[in-house]
Formats: sequence, structure tokens, C-alpha cells
Amino acid sequence: MAALEARESELESFRGEARDWLAKNFPPSLKDVDVAMQVTGGWKPTGDAKLWAERMGAKGWGTPTWPKQYGGGGLSKEQARVLLQEMGRIGARSPIGGMGVMMFGPTLLEYGNEEQKSQHIPKIVTGEIRWCQGYSEPNAGSDLAALQTRAEDKGDHFLVNGQKIWTSGAQYADWCFCLVRTDKTRKHEGISFVLIDMRTPGIEVRLIKLISGNSPFCETFFTDVKVPKENLVGPLNGGWTIGKRLLQFERAGLGGGGGSQGRMEGRSLEQMAKDYVGTDERGRLADTDLRGRVTQHLMEARAFTLTLQRAQAESKSNQGPSAATSIMKNAGAKVAQDRAELTLEIMGHQGMGWEGDAFTPEEIVAARTWLGGKAVTIYGGSSEIQNNIIAKRILGLLDHQ
Amino acid sequence: MAVLTEEQTMLRDAAKSWVAEKSPVTALRKVRDSGADHAFDPAAWREIAEMGWAGILIPENYGGSGLGYLTLGLVLEETGRTLTASPLLSTAVATSALLLAGNDTQKETWLPKFAEGKAIGTIAVDEGAHHAPEKISLKATKDGSGYKLSGKKSFVADGSAADLIVVAARTGGKPGDANGVTLFLVPGNAAGLTREKLKTVDSRGHANLAFKDVSVGADAVLGSVDQGGAVLESILDRARAAIAAEMLGAAAQSFDVTLDYLKTRVQFGQVIGTFQALQHRAAKMFTDLELTRSCVEAALNAIDKNANDVAALCSLAKAHASDTWHLVSNEMVQMHGGIGMTDAHDAGLYLKRARVAEAAFGGASYHRDRYARLMGY
Repeated sequence: MAALEARESELESFRGEARDWLAKNFPPSLKDVDVAMQVTGGWKPTGDAKLWAERMGAKGWGTPTWPKQYGGGGLSKEQARVLLQEMGRIGARSPIGGMGVMMFGPTLLEYGNEEQKSQHIPKIVTGEIRWCQGYSEPNAGSDLAALQTRAEDKGDHFLVNGQKIWTSGAQYADWCFCLVRTDKTRKHEGISFVLIDMRTPGIEVRLIKLISGNSPFCETFFTDVKVPKENLVGPLNGGWTIGKRLLQFERAGLGGGGGSQGRMEGRSLEQMAKDYVGTDERGRLADTDLRGRVTQHLMEARAFTLTLQRAQAESKSNQGPSAATSIMKNAGAKVAQDRAELTLEIMGHQGMGWEGDAFTPEEIVAARTWLGGKAVTIYGGSSEIQNNIIAKRILGLLDHQ
Repeated sequence: MAVLTEEQTMLRDAAKSWVAEKSPVTALRKVRDSGADHAFDPAAWREIAEMGWAGILIPENYGGSGLGYLTLGLVLEETGRTLTASPLLSTAVATSALLLAGNDTQKETWLPKFAEGKAIGTIAVDEGAHHAPEKISLKATKDGSGYKLSGKKSFVADGSAADLIVVAARTGGKPGDANGVTLFLVPGNAAGLTREKLKTVDSRGHANLAFKDVSVGADAVLGSVDQGGAVLESILDRARAAIAAEMLGAAAQSFDVTLDYLKTRVQFGQVIGTFQALQHRAAKMFTDLELTRSCVEAALNAIDKNANDVAALCSLAKAHASDTWHLVSNEMVQMHGGIGMTDAHDAGLYLKRARVAEAAFGGASYHRDRYARLMGY
């Protein structure tokens, strides 16, 4: 009991420290501005954003729980939570983000050697280096282990040839973490995890235009690309394990999608429905069928949010990872897609705008969000793959193959 | 699973082992096939009371443990797993009514007896085929210092066994009016009260009640006259969250039994659980169960914490538990194939109890409509 109290008071003194530091260092002009999104979108920060990124990077608080020796914040989980609470209180968003922070950094900290960690982690901490993910290939999507991009052993280096697809942000990235084939005779055991400098000769990046009109993804071509041997992470042909670990970090990050969309700024879905469709004399949505489906969706969104909170509480209490975690991606994706479809339906013809003054910006965003959101059930392991994972790993059903 | 205290964990584990030893599904079959008086085993009810479960909601000064709704939910989840027939839930609802609106005398009269299992309580609200607390028409007319009750109540859980019935009656206004509802404490053996036992698909004790000039004193009024509507909703919300916990346990068990079958049944030379068409349906059920658990625990927790969104969360929990068990009970029969259609297999028992529990205190569509109303659209 005394130990618990001591920890509580330690946490409270950290809260004071965090609050003071944020008050001195967070530029108020950035209140509620999602700086990290802009940085990963290829935008080089200037002015206050640059200042904020430099300060947070130097303090290591964009990656609060990472070890101090690599520039991380060195905070405990509890302290990191306090820091996030304090940032949330004043509307401060972390300016340090992207794939390096969310997926690659945690993986490298587990599997990288000392040189690799010292070389790469500090630059992720400061947001100086941007990473992209070389995983999927045209013939290796859900069946990722069928990947064919070849890395041939040439003594002091690998010679890489092949094509990656859906490499988000490859056009801005400085480095790529990449799964390559180092043994053609074995499937999973013939894959290695390598780090490739995107400035190496022989790399070509092309944008892919999506149905939403956006181009967040690229195709990346490798032609006789020389990759030094020291850029191999983990053992040769041992990349599948590392690659899967990284996917766990990725899926944990993707999970919240539905929840955060449910809390989008602006009008609530029910208010939007009232405005576009109207209400009856008792204040209910005039279209009873739509009212039923809006309600079903909002209740499902609430159930999802409650599940996120429950999983968080369970993992905090040392019960181990919650079984609920495995359902997050599919459940969150459904909430996000249902919301987008309902929004479009509520807006009627006005939801069909592509561009132009006949439509409000909110209406155009609705259409683009609806289209872009179709990717949620495809990327990061499609819904079908997620169901396979639940069936096999959680329910203990045998592999259907 | 919610983060539990040591006390809660112990109670849940005790419930798990009691249910496994003393109240497996065969106990329900025995109750059904023996034609037990009130569709439960009195010996099992005595044991439930001796273990203190009937007193979980009741404060210590009235002989209970005062542990609250989340704790009650843990026990109901376990008894739900084996479809244990007992008046635990009905009595907990009557307990809730007394705790929310009872005066000291009323509490002193009933709560110690409930805690000891010496009395059974229930609530009588609905009068027709559907849950509709706003349509109450059973009349209570002033008679000297007391009242005379006349009218009907339908599908009252444990209605034939109950020693105390919390009756929602109309003392003013007309059906549909918010004001004019009053709650009364009516003894089960009151003169003029006829109780008709119902034979229902779930083999549990339900009764239709007919009130013909049933006389009660002024001291039978629970809460205030004409103003019972709001407290009735609070009582019903506790009933909804509690039955949702029972349904969560039963649905989880329906799923577990089905999953076992998928792992053992062989067709086409392989275990049927290797078929992807079945795997994805199993994954969907698992997903729904996890979401339902979050809703049920959140509702019970909100009641314990006296949060301001109890009503919405209880509607969410009841609707979600109803939809999930509806799906899982159907899949249980379907995935078992022919054997699932036989009376010898348990699937049918789960299917039958599922529909009764879904309709109790409002089905999924009732609660979706209510949720929308609470949210103002």
C-alpha cells in the first residue's frame, strides 16, 4: 500500500514536470493541429511546427517510452500516459510520427543490433528520417510470404531486384524497411528483413492513383540495388518472424480508426441526418428505416469504443494482452465504413460530388472519405485474413489450407 | 473481462465451480421433466442464498454484502452459462426497486428476507405481448387510506413463486402519459390476486397475473404516488443490465460448446472446423461476444458508479446481448446439424431461453428506439 502511494506521488510530481515543460515549449498556435500527419505527408515543417518538432525530438517525448540511450524519453508506461493526458489537456499533438515511430522503431529496438539501433533510432526520435514499408508485392498481398523480391548474396552486399507495391509515402521516404527473398527453396524461412537507403541507385518510385483521387501509395521498383550486408536485421532467412512482429505494431495502430472517425470534428452523424432528412413532429428522424440504421451504427460504434477502453484497462492491469485486441481491426473497420456509407446516404445527391462549388467542402470530404475508406478492410491484413487469424490463433481451429 | 477485485474474482470462481458441480444443464432438464412447482429447484435456490448471492446488492445493515451490480453480473454470467433456473434475477430486480424507492420500513421488512433467500421478489410491468412500460393501464383506485388494484399483468418472471410483487399501476392519467404511474408492493398471496402459471419454451417460471380489487394499504406505495415512472425506468435499467449479463454468459457458453463441436466433428475426412466458411462465422461470433462483453460490463459499472448515462448504456447492453445471443443460438443449432435438432442435445435449450431473454425487459428493436430517443433523434 505504501509502495503504491509512493508511486502515485512520484507520478504526480512527474505530472507537474510535464506540465511545466509543455507550458514553456508548446507553441499555442499549434493547439489541436495534427502536425505529425503533415510531416508524414511529405511536408517539411516550418515556423512553430519546426520549433515544436525540434523541442519534442530533443526531449525524446515523441517516443516517450523508448530508451534514453537512443534519444527516447525513457519514461515508464505510467509516465507516458500522464504525458499524453497533459498534452491532451492543452490540445498538443505529438509532431513526431510516421511508420518509424509506430512500427519500425519498436521492431528494431527488439531485433536490431547495437550499430543498427544507434544509427537509426535517434533519427526516428527526432523525426529527421522518414521510413516506408516494403512488404506487399503485386503477387504477394494477403499471401505475403509469397514475396519474390530477390536479394542475392554478393559477398559484402546483397543485390536486390524486384517490385514492391502499396509503399505508403515512398516518394518522401529516406529509408525503407523491406522483406526480401534470400532463399528460393523455402517459403517463410527464405525471407530476410533488410534496410534500404532510398537514395541508392536503381530505386524508382511511381505514384498510384486511387479511386478516391488521392495517391497515398506508391509502386517501388528495385533494379540491381546494392544493399550493404550490415543492413540485414536479425538472422539471414529469419525475416518472417521480425516482419510479423512489425505487423502486430501496425495492426495495433490501425485499430483505433473506427473510433477516431466516430469522433470526427464537425456535425455528429445524427445531427447531419436531422439536417438533411428532417424530423417528424416528435423530433425523430423522418425516415424511420434510416433512423434504425443510424441508431444501429451509433450503438455499434459505442460498443467498439467501450471495447477499446476495456482492452486498455485490461492490459494496464497486468492481465496480459486482452483477447479483445484481435477483433479491433475488423470491428473498427466496420464502424468506419458504415459511417462513411451512412454519411453518403444521408447527403443524398449532395454526397456524390467530386469537386466544384455545387458541393460544400464537407460533402466533398464525405465522398472522398467513403472511397478512401474502402481500403481499411484491405490493408494491414484484410478482414478475411483477420478472421483467419482469430480462427487459428484465438479459437484454436486448424489451418484450412 | 473487466478488471476485478480479489473479492470479485473469488466470488466468480466460486460461482463457476458451484455451477459446474451443482447446476449443470442437466439440472434444468430435471426441473423441466419433473414439473417442479415453480420451475426451479428449491434446494438449488437455498444453496444460492447460503452462498450470499441473493444479498450481493443488499447493504450489510440489511444482511447482504452490498457488492453491487458488476459483482451480481459476474454470478449471473456463470449461472447463465448452464441455464440455471432460479429466482435470483427476479429477486435482484425487486431488491433494486426497494433500494431505489423503498422507505426504511419497507426495506427492513423485505431486504433481510431476500438476502437469506427466505423470500422471492419480482416485478410486474407489462400487460401485453410486448415490453411497454409506458402503456401501463392496471388501475389502482383510492380506497379509504389504501388502494384497490384491478387489471392484468403478463409474463411475470417467477410470478407464481414470488412472495413480493412490485406492481406498476396507474393512479392517474391514461396509458401513454408520463405521470400517473405508481409502484405498489403486493404480497404474492394477496386476496383477489390470481396467478396463472405459464408453460413456456424456456421451461422457466413465468405467470400471468389477474388483479381483482386487490386491497393494499397506504404503506404498500413504493416511492411517491403518480411519480413512479422515472424510478420504474431506473429499476428496469438494472433489470436490463442484469439479464444482459446472464445472456452474455449463456451466449459465451453456446459459442464454446459449438466451437468444441467444430473441433471434433469429422466430415469429408476432416474436422469441420478446418472449413473456412465455418471459421469466419466463428470469428464473427467471437467478435460480437467481445463487443457485447464491453457493453454489459460498462452498463453494470455505470450503475455502480451512478454515472449519468446509465439509461443509454443499459439499452446498449440489452440490445447487444440480444443480437449476439440471437445469432449464436441460431448458429449453435445450424453448426451442430441434425444432432442440434434433437431434444437430447443442449442446443435447443439455449435457443429457447435465448428468445425469452431477448424479449424480457425489451428486445433489441425496443432498445435501439429508446437509445435513439435518449440521444435526441
